[in-house]
Amino acid sequence: MTASTPTSATPATGPAATGSASGGLVKSVVELDRVVIRLAGDSGDGMQLTGNRFTSETASFGNDVSTLPNFPAEIRAPTGTLPGVSSFQLHFADHDIMTPGDAPDVLVAMNPAALKANLTDLPGGGLLILDSDEFTPRNLAKVGYATNPIEDGSLEGWQTVSVPLTSMTTDALKESGLGKKEAERSKNMFTLGLLSWMYHRPTEGTIRFLERTFRRKPEIAAANIAAFRAGYNYGETTEAFAVSYEIKPAPMAPGRYRNISGNQALALGLIAAGQRSKLPVFLGAYPITPASDILHELSKHKSFDVRTFQAEDEIAGIGAALGASFGGALGITTTSGPGVALKAETIGLAVMTELPLVIVDVQRGGPSTGLPTKTEQSDLLQAMFGRNGEAPVPVIAPRSPSDCFDAAIEAARIALTYRTPVILLSDGYLANGAEPWAIPAADDLPDLTGAVDFATEPNGADGEFLPYLRDEQTLARPWAIPGTAGMQHRIGGLEKADRTGNISYDPANHDFMTRTRQAKIDGIAHSLAPTEVDDPDGDARVAVIGWGSTYGPIGAACRRIRRSGRSVAQVHLRHLNPMPGDLGDILARYDRVICPEMNLGQLAMLLRARYLIDIESHTQVRGLPFRAAELAAVMQDAIDSTHGAALGADATGGAE
Amino acid sequence: MTTSPSQVHELGMPGPSSTPPGPIADAIASSVQAHGPKQTELKAKDMKTDQEVRWCPGCGDYVILNAVQSFLPSLGIAREDMVIVSGIGCSSRFPYYLNTYGMHSIHGRAPAIATGLAASRPDLSVWVVTGDGDALSIGGNHLIHALRRNVNLTILLFNNRIYGLTKGQYSPTSEVGKVTKSTPMGSIDAPFNPVSLALGADATFVGRAMDSDRKGLTEVLRQAAEHQGTSLVEIYQNCNIFNDGAFELLKDPATGTQWSIPLVHGEPLVFGPDGAACVVRDDFGGLRIAETNQVDASEIVVHDSHRENPAYAFALSRLSSQDLRYTPMGVFRSVQKPTYDAMMAEQVDLARVQEPADLDALLGGNDTWQVEAQPSLSGE
Repeated sequence: MTASTPTSATPATGPAATGSASGGLVKSVVELDRVVIRLAGDSGDGMQLTGNRFTSETASFGNDVSTLPNFPAEIRAPTGTLPGVSSFQLHFADHDIMTPGDAPDVLVAMNPAALKANLTDLPGGGLLILDSDEFTPRNLAKVGYATNPIEDGSLEGWQTVSVPLTSMTTDALKESGLGKKEAERSKNMFTLGLLSWMYHRPTEGTIRFLERTFRRKPEIAAANIAAFRAGYNYGETTEAFAVSYEIKPAPMAPGRYRNISGNQALALGLIAAGQRSKLPVFLGAYPITPASDILHELSKHKSFDVRTFQAEDEIAGIGAALGASFGGALGITTTSGPGVALKAETIGLAVMTELPLVIVDVQRGGPSTGLPTKTEQSDLLQAMFGRNGEAPVPVIAPRSPSDCFDAAIEAARIALTYRTPVILLSDGYLANGAEPWAIPAADDLPDLTGAVDFATEPNGADGEFLPYLRDEQTLARPWAIPGTAGMQHRIGGLEKADRTGNISYDPANHDFMTRTRQAKIDGIAHSLAPTEVDDPDGDARVAVIGWGSTYGPIGAACRRIRRSGRSVAQVHLRHLNPMPGDLGDILARYDRVICPEMNLGQLAMLLRARYLIDIESHTQVRGLPFRAAELAAVMQDAIDSTHGAALGADATGGAE
Repeated sequence: MTTSPSQVHELGMPGPSSTPPGPIADAIASSVQAHGPKQTELKAKDMKTDQEVRWCPGCGDYVILNAVQSFLPSLGIAREDMVIVSGIGCSSRFPYYLNTYGMHSIHGRAPAIATGLAASRPDLSVWVVTGDGDALSIGGNHLIHALRRNVNLTILLFNNRIYGLTKGQYSPTSEVGKVTKSTPMGSIDAPFNPVSLALGADATFVGRAMDSDRKGLTEVLRQAAEHQGTSLVEIYQNCNIFNDGAFELLKDPATGTQWSIPLVHGEPLVFGPDGAACVVRDDFGGLRIAETNQVDASEIVVHDSHRENPAYAFALSRLSSQDLRYTPMGVFRSVQKPTYDAMMAEQVDLARVQEPADLDALLGGNDTWQVEAQPSLSGE
C-alpha cells in the first residue's frame, strides 16, 4: 500500500496571509490513509501534553496510533535554545501500523529553535506550520539564524504556513481576565484546536480533559478551552488552510479500546499480577528517568493492596522490596540502567535466598548517566551477567507499549512460580510511547494463585522444615512466610546447604547448589510456548531476530520487504533468559540471521555464544528507535546477496 | 492485613482483626493462622537453634546473645512473629542463633530490607542486628532514613569500634590515632558518636548499654522493644581479638562508676563515687559536668527521656568524648510519633474506602472507545 501524504494531496499553499477569513469558505476534504505529525517547541511550550491529547483524540476516533515523545533531560533548558527543544511525533492511520513513522509529513514548529532542530527530518514538500510571532530577531539570533527563514526564501522547498499562533491565542483570551503571559501559555491548545480541525478529530475528549485537569482552577480551564476552540474555528475560517484531511478508522478486532503508554501498561500489569496472585504488591523505588511514572501510577492505586515506598536510594528500593517478598508480598522495584547497577548486590541476594522479586529496568542511553530521556537497549548484558558469582536471573522484554502489561504479568508468573528475581527490560521508547490497547477482562488474565502456595507444614522426614527442599518440577524452594508457626528458618547470602539451608562451605555442596540454581532458571524454558516465526510466505532464507522495542520497526520493515516480493522470517524474543528451547533449531534453518539492536550487538553475542550461529548484527545507538526504511534496506541487501542477484522492487520506501 | 493498626500498636503483636481481611491478604492470613492460637509462653531455650555458635571464644557477642535469648520470651510474642534481619559482620551472624524467622542479608542493607518487611507486615516484630561498620559506614544512609521514617523496627547496633570479620581495620567509631592494620600511623578519621547521629536523624528512641551489664542491657532492650517506631540501641561490645578492652574504662569497677552516667527517667543526673559528679546546664543551652557539692541541687538536671525536642538528648550524648569519659548509659530519648507502617496501612485502608478496588474499571481507565465487529479485517 502506498500512502498518500499531505505532500502529494494538498494543493500548493503559499506563505500564509493570516488575517481573518470570511465565513462560507468552501474547503475541500482529502482522504489519507496515514499521517505522521511532529509537534516541536520549547520544553515549556507543552508539546508533550499537546501530543498526548492529539493522540487520545485520534485513538478514540478509531485510528491506529503510534507515538514517539522526544524531550531533553533538562526540565527547562534556556528558553528558545536548541537544547530546550521538545518534540512529539505521532503516526496515525486507517490501518494497523507498527512504528511512530520514519519521518514526519507535517512539522509544527513553535519557535526558531524547534524549526532548526527538526527541519532536516521533514522531507521536501512536507507541510510546515510555524508560529510567526516567535520568529523575532532575538529568538532567531539565539539559534544562529542570520535572517528570518520565513522571509529569506530558505523554506521554499516545503509548504510553509506561518501563523501568528501566540498573538491569536492572546487575542482570543482578551476577555478571560488572564495576563498576557498566562494567556500565551494556552497557545499549545490553540495549536491543538487547529490540528483537530485539520484532521477532523473529535474535540469532546479534550474539553473533558481540560475541565478535569483544571477543576480547581476553572478560569484556567475556561481559557484553555477557549483557546482550543479558537484554534479550531480559525482552521475552519482561514484561507491559510484550504484543505482538511480525513483518515478513516482502522479496522481493529472488536472490543473496547483505550490509549496506553508503556509505563502505564507496566504499572497496570503489576497491579493485575498482584490481584491475580491474590498477593499484596510492594514497590520499593527511587525516582529515576524514564521509570518514575510507574512509581507515580502505582502510588495512586493503594486500594488494590499496593504499597509504594520511595526509598532513600536504589539499593534501599530493592532491599525493601525483597524484605516485603520475604513477608509474602509481590516485591517489585522499578528503575533504569544506573539503578540496576546499584541493585546488583541485592539481586544476588535474591538469587541466593530464592525469593520472588520483579526488577523493572526502563532502559535509557548509557553508560553512566548517559542519555536519561532517550531510548537504548544496552542493559541486556547487565541484566544477564551484571552480578558477582554465578547468578542466573530470568530476563524478559515487552515488544510494544501495550505489551508492557502482559510482560509485567509474565515477569510476576516466573518470579512467583520459580521463586527468583526476574528482570523486565522495557526502554524509554516503550515507556513514553503510546498505542491503542484492547482492554482485557480481568477474569481472562492469567491466574497466578497456583504459583503461590505458602508452606505451612514441615516437609522433612523428621518433622522439621527444610527451606531448601525443592519442588521436583520447578526446582523452586518452599516459600514459608514469617508469622507461620513451626516454619521458622533463617536465610541469607552465604551459601546454603541443600535441603536444610544451613550455612555450608562444603565444596561439593557449592558446586551442586550453583548448578541447581542454574538448572532452575534454565528449566523455565519448559513453561514457554513454542517460538512464533512470522514467515507468511514460508520460503524465507533470511531471518531477522530482535527483542524489546525494536519489534515495531523490524515488523514494519518486514512488511515492506514482503510487499516488494521478497520473503523474510521475523522472530521476536519475549524471553531473553532462558531462551525458548526451540530457538536454536529455528535459527539454524535460515541461511542468514540478522539481529538489529539499539546497542552494539548484545543479543547477537548471546546467540552466537549459545547456538554457534553466525548472527549478523546491525546496530544503532542514536537514542531513537530504528527507522523502518533503514532496516528494510539492510534486509533487502541480505536477501538479495543471499539469492545471488537482486530481485523484486525496492523495499525501503512506502508505508507500513 | 490480619491486624488493625490499633492492635499493632501493642508490641507489634498480631491479634484478631476487627474488620474482615480483604481477599488479597487471604493467602498471608491463612498461612499465619494455619496452626491456630499462637504459643507465646516461651523460655530462653525455646529461642535457641541447633546451629553451633561460631564467634571467637570470649567475644562480647555471646553475652549479648544470652541476654537476648533470655529476654525475648518476656515480650509475649510468638517466635514465628519475630524476624531478625542482619547485615554483614560478626554481629550479623546473630539470626542463625535465634529460633525465629531471620535473614542474614548483605553489608549495610539490613535497615532497608527490614523496612520493607515491617511496612508490609505490621503484625510482625522486626529486629535489625548490625555493627558499627555495617550500620555507620556502608549502611549509614539506610540507618538514618529508617530512623527519620520511624518504621516499627528495633535496631541493635553492636559497637566494638573495630572491623572484626575483616581482621582488624579501624571502623567509623574508632578513636582518632588508633593504630590498626590499615592505619599503621594512626587513624586520622574523626569517629561518629552513634547516639548523636541517631538523635540528629530525629530518632524517636535511642539507648545505650554495655554487653556485660545484663541488667542494664535487658532494661534498655525492654524499653526499645515496647517502643512503637524505630528504636536504636547502641551496645558496647568487646572484641577480644582485635580491640580487646575497648570499654574497660567503663567496665572496670574501679573506673566505671567514675566515668559512666546512668540515665534513669525522672532521676537527677548524679554519678561517680559517692555521687560526687553531676550534670548541669551550661551557659549555651547545652550540658556540662559539675561537682555535686559545688552546685545547688536545683541546678542538677533531672533526666527526661520523653522530651519532644531532641536537643537535650543530643547534649547528653555530647558529654562523652572519644576516650569514653562521661559516657551516659541508658535511654537517652523515648518519644511517641506515628509509625511509618501504621500510616502506610492507614492510607491503604483509606484508599479502599475512597475507591474500592475494581480491576476492570482500572484497566478501562477514563477514555475508551468501542470497536464493533466488522465483516472482514484487512490488517495491512
